Amino acid sequence: MSLLEVRNLHAGVQGNAILEGINLSVGKGEIHAIMGPNGSGKSTLAGVLAGREAYVVTEGEVLYQGKDLLGLSPEERAREGLFLAFQYPVEIPGVTNMYFLKAALNAIRKHRGIEELDAMEFIALVKEKMKVIDFDQSLLNRPVNEGFSGGEKKRNEIFQMAVLDPTLAILDETDSGLDIDALRIVAEGVNRLRSPENAVVVVTHYQRLLNYIVPDFVHVLIDGRIVKSGGKELALVLEEKGYDWIREESGDVPADAHAAGSK
Amino acid sequence: MNASTETKDWYAGRFARFEEGLNGASQSPLHALRRAGFAAFAAKGFPTTAEEEWRFTNVSPIAATQFQPAFDCEESGVTEPDLRPWSLGRTGGIVLVLINGHFSGGLSSIPASLPGVSVGSLAAALARDPALAERYLASARGGGDTFTALNTAFLVDGAFVRVDDGVTLQEPVHILSLASTGGTPLLVQPRHLVIAGKGARLSVVETYGGRGPGVYLTNAVTEIFVGEGGGVEHDTLQMENLNSYHVGTTLISLKGKASFTSNAINLGGALVRNNVSALFQGEHAECTLNGLSVATGTQLVDNHTVIDHASPRCESHELYKAVLDGSARGVFNGKIFVRQDAQKTDAKQTNKTLLLSDEATIDTKPQLEIFADDVKCTHGATVGQLDEEQVFYLRARGIGATEARDLLTFAFATDVINRVHVDALREKLDVLLHTRLRQGRVNLEV
Repeated sequence: MSLLEVRNLHAGVQGNAILEGINLSVGKGEIHAIMGPNGSGKSTLAGVLAGREAYVVTEGEVLYQGKDLLGLSPEERAREGLFLAFQYPVEIPGVTNMYFLKAALNAIRKHRGIEELDAMEFIALVKEKMKVIDFDQSLLNRPVNEGFSGGEKKRNEIFQMAVLDPTLAILDETDSGLDIDALRIVAEGVNRLRSPENAVVVVTHYQRLLNYIVPDFVHVLIDGRIVKSGGKELALVLEEKGYDWIREESGDVPADAHAAGSK
Repeated sequence: MNASTETKDWYAGRFARFEEGLNGASQSPLHALRRAGFAAFAAKGFPTTAEEEWRFTNVSPIAATQFQPAFDCEESGVTEPDLRPWSLGRTGGIVLVLINGHFSGGLSSIPASLPGVSVGSLAAALARDPALAERYLASARGGGDTFTALNTAFLVDGAFVRVDDGVTLQEPVHILSLASTGGTPLLVQPRHLVIAGKGARLSVVETYGGRGPGVYLTNAVTEIFVGEGGGVEHDTLQMENLNSYHVGTTLISLKGKASFTSNAINLGGALVRNNVSALFQGEHAECTLNGLSVATGTQLVDNHTVIDHASPRCESHELYKAVLDGSARGVFNGKIFVRQDAQKTDAKQTNKTLLLSDEATIDTKPQLEIFADDVKCTHGATVGQLDEEQVFYLRARGIGATEARDLLTFAFATDVINRVHVDALREKLDVLLHTRLRQGRVNLEV
């Protein structure tokens, strides 16, 4: 049984259809990349999986560990081991990173019937995880993401992922806004967190992140549908030839502006 | 006879009775001050919403009630446990207890030896040094509004704090004001006088509350004089009972290089009006006014601030926040005057309100009157609900929806609490806010 099973998923926002029949199967230990041009529905897919309430699912189903994912609240999904690394991490003035992460981790542990960590145990865990992502200790006692640089915010997402230890991580354009050094650090962090028991879905516009996080499968999302799937070599072809050839191959006419503009 | 005349007649009767009780003391300079106060009160009467300063705050419930001025310290029956809800939860220290506006020696706690420091009852201080009245209390004469005038008219007692030049008082001075009512609506009017000498430093904490559910009006006036290079922190925790009214007036004078910070926390009262007014009397002085109001039900909390940049090169900062639930109403009016020769003034004012219900409202008004040309003045106001993107971010990490909302609400409020430097008060406020801000609501203490 796969970890995540998306079947014929249709979803949209305020009556506009964005996802028009997504099928995707993610198994334990696998890394999947979902690539596509701007506006193809990549972030919508990530948002629907994490439980953003603005999106309305009109058809299809999503099974996570064999259970109906769409029936769960965002916090229940997180407690069941799903993690979304935000494209735009949110600033939360007045709540320190430490406090936030401890509350999150203990909510997850409580849900799983594991004893909650006290302050000392939590600090020990945090120190261990900081090494994974080369995270600056001074950021721990600062309010969540407030005044962080773009790179620090993204690194904070991966640091949270390290502490919360998810079963399924969805990285939504984690590479956007990162310079090459930050990109490498973030990717290394993700690679160190890989295990045969978890899986990662990398949502990205560019191939460059995939040089560091090497996917087992690459899916091309265009106009709300996965139109082509393949191995890691597909990403290289996309990097070279853009998305138009896939549209042609799949019978779509590249008429709209963003498609014509991509290389 | 209209309501206003009836009210004036009521207080005229009380004032006459008060004067009779004074015997020979009625010839003193202090009593001249009281007479002027009563004359000003009688001339003005209670304000109506037709007056700009009271547009959003209707005090007719106060005007319609015949409050009996409390002439005595009704300490009989008040014991230490009665004070606990308003105490700072520590033994020792300096605690000046006022029951119905009158100093209670028995309940207060004053260390035997405090070199360069004088703390205690204002009545006693005035008896020792009658010139204090003329020199300090007189500053409110004529200039005060109706409520200050009413306080002055019946001025007898309150807290007195003086720290001499160059002395730092490490212990905060806690002024605990308790209303202890029977069946009669009571007028509780403490008058506090705080004098910091040149380079003197101190912290004063005022807490307000009432024993039992009886109706009263606390009409407190605090006058604070900060000498050259002196520093004063003034924190207020207003937790009156929910049937009662609170009008708090704080008048601050700052000499050159002086610094003053106030943190005004309002959690109680049916109708609350705070007037904080700071005057710069020398250059390079600094004034910070912070406030937090947490209200629900039909509570009304009105904060009016005035910062008068009458001297050049002074700095002022203001941060007033409110968390309003139920049908609570908030008012913020922040006046900043920059006088013609007050060049290089730096003034910043911020008012932020979080509305937890559709019925809660806030009226916010910055009022900047700038007559100098080389100044920096900024103001900003935000009113809104919790940011749903923040809520989702917390939920996406496993934190429950209600807990996420409480966490964000608490974070909004604690921003002000964290500015309190008196540890015992900050810790108390932390506990109070955790109790009050739960389940996405403002909860009143049970």
